[in-house]
Amino acid sequence: MEQLKEKNPQKIKSNENQCSGLCCTRVENFCVNFGNMKVLEDVNLHIHCGELTAIIGPNGGGKSTLLKAMLGEVRHSGELKYLDEKDQSSGQPVIGYVPQHLSFDTDTPTSVLDLFTACNSNIPAWLLSTKKIKTKVKESLAVTKAEHLINRRIGALSGGELQRVLLALALDPMPDLLLLDEPVSGIDQNGLEVFYDTVSEIRKKYDLSIILVSHDLDLVEKYADRVILLNGTVLCSGSAKAVFNDPITAKIFGLTWFKNRSSDQGKDDEDNQ
Amino acid sequence: MMLNLWFDFIEFLLPFQWAGHDFMKSALLAILLITPLFGLLGTMIVSNKMAFFSDALGHGAFTGIAIGSLIGLISPIMAAVIFSIIFALIITVIKNKSRASTDTIIGVFSSIAIALGLVLMSFGGSFNKYSSYLIGDLLSISPTEILILTIVFIIVIALWVIIFNKLLMVSINQSLAHSRGVNTLLIEIIFTAMIAVIVTISIQWVGLLIINSLLVLPAAGARNITKNVRQYTLVAIIIAVFSGVCGLIASYYLNTATGATIVLVAGIIFFLTLILKNKFD
Repeated sequence: MEQLKEKNPQKIKSNENQCSGLCCTRVENFCVNFGNMKVLEDVNLHIHCGELTAIIGPNGGGKSTLLKAMLGEVRHSGELKYLDEKDQSSGQPVIGYVPQHLSFDTDTPTSVLDLFTACNSNIPAWLLSTKKIKTKVKESLAVTKAEHLINRRIGALSGGELQRVLLALALDPMPDLLLLDEPVSGIDQNGLEVFYDTVSEIRKKYDLSIILVSHDLDLVEKYADRVILLNGTVLCSGSAKAVFNDPITAKIFGLTWFKNRSSDQGKDDEDNQ
Repeated sequence: MMLNLWFDFIEFLLPFQWAGHDFMKSALLAILLITPLFGLLGTMIVSNKMAFFSDALGHGAFTGIAIGSLIGLISPIMAAVIFSIIFALIITVIKNKSRASTDTIIGVFSSIAIALGLVLMSFGGSFNKYSSYLIGDLLSISPTEILILTIVFIIVIALWVIIFNKLLMVSINQSLAHSRGVNTLLIEIIFTAMIAVIVTISIQWVGLLIINSLLVLPAAGARNITKNVRQYTLVAIIIAVFSGVCGLIASYYLNTATGATIVLVAGIIFFLTLILKNKFD
């Protein structure tokens, strides 16, 4: 532990005040306390635009809390900085957020159109909705191939459909930083992969910075540019390969997953032959 | 003046026996003003799962009336409005700051409020004077009160246009609203203050015992048979106004308490929507 803590500041120093000519987002010294309990301590992140950064870690390691702190929903110390191409701080970034699961009453008489109107329009959703709003909402939904869901009740959507709608919502208006909290339940493996495909497509197309809290290490390995292992603080970070080969990762996730992983790879090799 | 115009209009439009009395015409006007507000606010009370909360606000209003008349203000209702707004704000803020269960917090405040109200009202053995607040008396509404109601009506509709979208976001998911830059606490405070005002001023006509059902029933019924916000709002208002008018007329002929009769009509409509529910999804 001690060694790791020492290792981290060096990594951050080497990135100090430079974004290699690209825009970037920096999380500096985030600390979150719930009462006397330290949930996050001295978290530092540096995220380049167009990068998909995955945050992994054990349950209760503070992954979702970190996202909520970045959103300003959880009280925290430390700073969130957004720097544009010229390394100049351009104030608070526009943040898009897709929550882990949207806990709402599934009986609610709210359509997808209502949801978008409520979020992006000044005209109250209970008044007549204009054609202009409808067209605009359809365009936003088209980004995640969800335009056919516009008149559906949000409570009647499947897990995957809801996730696509929420992603479309998070991308309207286009954010500087997209925070995704991967759903743990309600989406099957196939749906999850479709979701990841959509996300990486969007990242390439709009050069977005994406921070993804994930529980599916296989998908992280496949899609993430950078991986951060978080358990109260950043334990290690780097490419997916580097992090997964770090002994501390194996220690935290147990050996089962890694065994499966190597056997999976073996199977793939066989398949290829 | 305006009221006379209304009386003539009703006489012309509704040549029935019940519409012949001025108090019935006033009551009808009051119902047409207040029930849409109940329907409107009810939609978000139900969506936000605040039925218990609005019940507690009724208790706060009751205490407010007791305090108002005890310290001898000109009109106890003004004191009641101020008290119940403060009461609503306290619960809302504590609910947001504390991690104790919302139910418990509301329960604690609600019980204390009603107990304090009853103690104050029975002080000196004069409780009978206040018993009308329990059941309510819609037929006693005065022209000044109708004027107040009209002003409140306009303010609520205006606020509803301004805050509805944000309120809808909060009702769907707090985090979502927060990430969209909504000050969730402020929106909640405005909303609860609105409920507090409506509940307080109408408690004397509808009665403490049933006022909450008038807020909850129309929206709960509308929820069963609607798919989007526009339908929800519209149907809730229609149910509220329809039950109001039917209840008023029925109570005239049956010689029953108006508020309770209205609630019964709304209750019957609720069960009808429940039967229809499966056809809507």
